[in-house]
Amino acid sequence: MGLTCQSSGKGVLREDFLSYETKSDYIVALAGNPNTGKSTVFNALTGLKQHTGNWPGKTVTQALGNYRHGQKLITLVDLPGTYSLLANSPEEQVARDFICFAEPDATVVVVDSTCLERNLNLVLQVLEITPKTIVCLNLIDEARRKKLRIDVEMLAIKLGVPVIPTAARSKEGLGFLKDTINRVASDAIQLNPLRLKYEDRLEVAISKLAGELEPLLPERINKRWIALRLLDGDYTVIDGIQKFLEKKIVVEGFAS
Amino acid sequence: MEAKDSEFTLSRLRVGERGVVTSLHAQGIIRRRMLDLGLVPGTVVESVRRSPAGDPTAYNIRGAIIALRAEEGCKVYVELL
Repeated sequence: MGLTCQSSGKGVLREDFLSYETKSDYIVALAGNPNTGKSTVFNALTGLKQHTGNWPGKTVTQALGNYRHGQKLITLVDLPGTYSLLANSPEEQVARDFICFAEPDATVVVVDSTCLERNLNLVLQVLEITPKTIVCLNLIDEARRKKLRIDVEMLAIKLGVPVIPTAARSKEGLGFLKDTINRVASDAIQLNPLRLKYEDRLEVAISKLAGELEPLLPERINKRWIALRLLDGDYTVIDGIQKFLEKKIVVEGFAS
Repeated sequence: MEAKDSEFTLSRLRVGERGVVTSLHAQGIIRRRMLDLGLVPGTVVESVRRSPAGDPTAYNIRGAIIALRAEEGCKVYVELL
């Protein structure tokens, strides 16, 4: 496999991802499985002041909204609800490209506290792309009703990122969530995200490929993750690089 | 890889039977999708309903009811519980 890369000399601008000019201090992405109350969280945070944005070249729409907290103006981007970022449906690609290439200041993953297990898959996938992640344990009131007890502190320790229990419907926990978003976005919290370690053979290949990618891609892009996707034979990540980083890539002998 | 006779697959579970996943023999995007659904070794899956035509079948996978075709189900090796 040979990758040749040519930069057009123009860096990616976050504005490319947002359909209108934004003067906000922080851009925060909201990700999560479908039916986790993601939109309720979005509306509760933004007070329903939302525009509908359009992803360039995609028909999948995303909602944008602003709110103020602690003298900061925050733009919240409601990504499509997905179970995964890797199976390549258009929704998943939109969510994945935004988190990887638009590099939000923080990414909030909304999870359903009543079926945490199913939701943690997406959390791990997001952590693999960006450390600046907050887990929003939504529907915590439902979980209490079902007599589920979640060790929030232990979960935060294991994941290495903040975990905030919320019940967006009754506004429980939202103040704390907003505080945490600001602190993660301004790098005021030390994050130590759980990093999946693959078998040695793979880790060797990952570091080798990530090293090759280092001079080709902007500093802020997570090369380890791009390397993982390439090793997985995922062409769509190449599309993402071409589209959002304005790089020309010639793919030679990439076995399909 | 073809299923050996001694190995049991999800598609061979009868309605009401449960199995624990031992391995996946799918590749690429199908494998990814199965993993995302929670079909990893050790997961207990119950066959809950079969469509009138006999295919697809609905399975309870980690609290969600998910329909799989026989061609997908036969890629999931299980041990009958």
